[in-house]
Amino acid sequence: MNTNKFIRSVRLKESACRGCINCIKHCPTQAIRVHNGKAHIIDRFCIDCGRCISYCPHHAKIPVYDPLSVINNFKYTVALPAPSLYAQYNNLTNADIVLNALLKLGFDDVYEVSAAAELVSEATREYIKAHAEEAPFISSACPSVVRLIRVKFPSLVSRLLPIKAPVEVAAEIARARALEKTGLKLEEIGIIFISPCPSKVSYAKAPLGIEKSSIDNVVAIKDVYPLLLPHMKHDESQLEPLSASGRIGIGWSNAGGEAGGLLVDNYLAADGIVNILQVLEELEDEKLHGLTFVELNTCSGGCVGGTLTVENAYIAAAKTKRLVRYQPVSKNHLADNPELTNICWADNVEYEPVFRLGNTFRESLQMMGKVEELTARFPGLDCGSCGAPTCQTLAEDIVRGDATENDCIYVLRANIADLSRKIGHLTDSSGPGTSLSEEEDRLLHRYIKELTTELASFGVPETPGKEEPVS
Amino acid sequence: MSQALTFRYEIDGDDFTRAGEASSSMKNKLKQLGLDSDVIRKVAIAMYEGEINMVIHADGGKITVTVSDTEITMVLSDTGPGIPDVEKAMQEGYSTARAEVRSLGFGAGMGLPNMKKYTDEMQIDTTVGRGTTITMKVYI
Repeated sequence: MNTNKFIRSVRLKESACRGCINCIKHCPTQAIRVHNGKAHIIDRFCIDCGRCISYCPHHAKIPVYDPLSVINNFKYTVALPAPSLYAQYNNLTNADIVLNALLKLGFDDVYEVSAAAELVSEATREYIKAHAEEAPFISSACPSVVRLIRVKFPSLVSRLLPIKAPVEVAAEIARARALEKTGLKLEEIGIIFISPCPSKVSYAKAPLGIEKSSIDNVVAIKDVYPLLLPHMKHDESQLEPLSASGRIGIGWSNAGGEAGGLLVDNYLAADGIVNILQVLEELEDEKLHGLTFVELNTCSGGCVGGTLTVENAYIAAAKTKRLVRYQPVSKNHLADNPELTNICWADNVEYEPVFRLGNTFRESLQMMGKVEELTARFPGLDCGSCGAPTCQTLAEDIVRGDATENDCIYVLRANIADLSRKIGHLTDSSGPGTSLSEEEDRLLHRYIKELTTELASFGVPETPGKEEPVS
Repeated sequence: MSQALTFRYEIDGDDFTRAGEASSSMKNKLKQLGLDSDVIRKVAIAMYEGEINMVIHADGGKITVTVSDTEITMVLSDTGPGIPDVEKAMQEGYSTARAEVRSLGFGAGMGLPNMKKYTDEMQIDTTVGRGTTITMKVYI
């Protein structure tokens, strides 16, 4: 198995983690456990949605991305600004103000992701037309959506739109143009994406649908945003005309933007992880009829709601609308971009049965029997005190060998109460001075030993440092 | 060694919005068993249609799902009105659902036909005025 397959871009800052249960309760794929007072993210379950980053009250979940200093690693750099970058600024009427500021900041060139998005929109329109009988198609632009479907919705994998995400298309075009323009070697050119979310960081390192991404580094909108402010010139006569995207391309930053660019009526556009999970369930059960296209954005509000942005998602969405108000519908066409050799995925995405209990069906069936048995013994409160999000997940962890029954404080409490009762019973029947029978003595010893063993595990973390650090 | 697992669901008859919870829960269990997605899809759709039928026509009922090495057996039993003409009920588009049920998008007359279509075996035992028991099997 490729070890890179389940790479993630959310890291735990162990010193900040207090071992509370906020993250485990909000994780949509139940990928987090708290053991020995610290959260642990299970790589293969994590889809990089960033929800734990938003919900951790102690800021112990850290998004991973590159520092802007990566531009020093290359002779020539091209910035790929996500359209959501524009939405961070107040009263922005011209994307060129941001693009020119990026050059002032030290990039040698810019290529808008929104320009590439218009090519993806065009390719999608053509694809849908040519494969009408296979509809509905599910957008594949949000890496967390692709990852979610890959691990949880096997029957929907084939519905993923097999077209590269706008940022990938932008990176390919930008690289080809930079190679042509500069004559530099491949590794001397840095293609740097300015991203609204950490999910794209994982994507750049381990893309799905293609072998290798053309993106070299991913920096955060929230890092770049303040640095551009001093370089932003509002005297438009001084600006180099760099922006080349229309309403469709820039509109991709908002939920519904991608679907809007397809010019079809029978679409569904859902945003927010809870909502998209519901849509995927319903799609899987064939409860949604007559759809051509399903746009799904993991973040509420769309990409403007990413965890690496600054502005409130809904205000940002309105700003996008304002920016594009007087723009033409689209400024980019596939026919004008010969450097883009293939806009479609080269590889198929494969279902990864990470939630399967055992290695084989038979083994899983046996394990599930135990899970059911255990779940019935737990109180069903889903309190999270054991470190697993639900009683059912604790049962699964136990069956997988990753937890014990006594992790449930209710089971532990019942065991202790039972032993105390037995000890009480023995000691009540024999006052001080009276000697216990050999059998009673043996039992008493056994009960006390069991009791101390139970108590020893009661809320006392094992010696820290033994577990592998999560990073 | 062969082992079978049984899951039991009570279907509440008075809430449309909750219809589908049992089939959804079952679907997730089948995924955890690592079954082929085609098998999961068939079970999920057939069970969902049956579940909806129970809510529409029979004020709920019971579903028992047994997973063995070779097949998944779903037994849906209710104490509803029964089906007077099974042959007619099996026709696509034939429905006896009330108007208000149809206005919610149900009652298109595809329930029983879909259950037959998505399963490998289906048997209907019904008595008018007593209830209906439908047994469906999907081979693994």
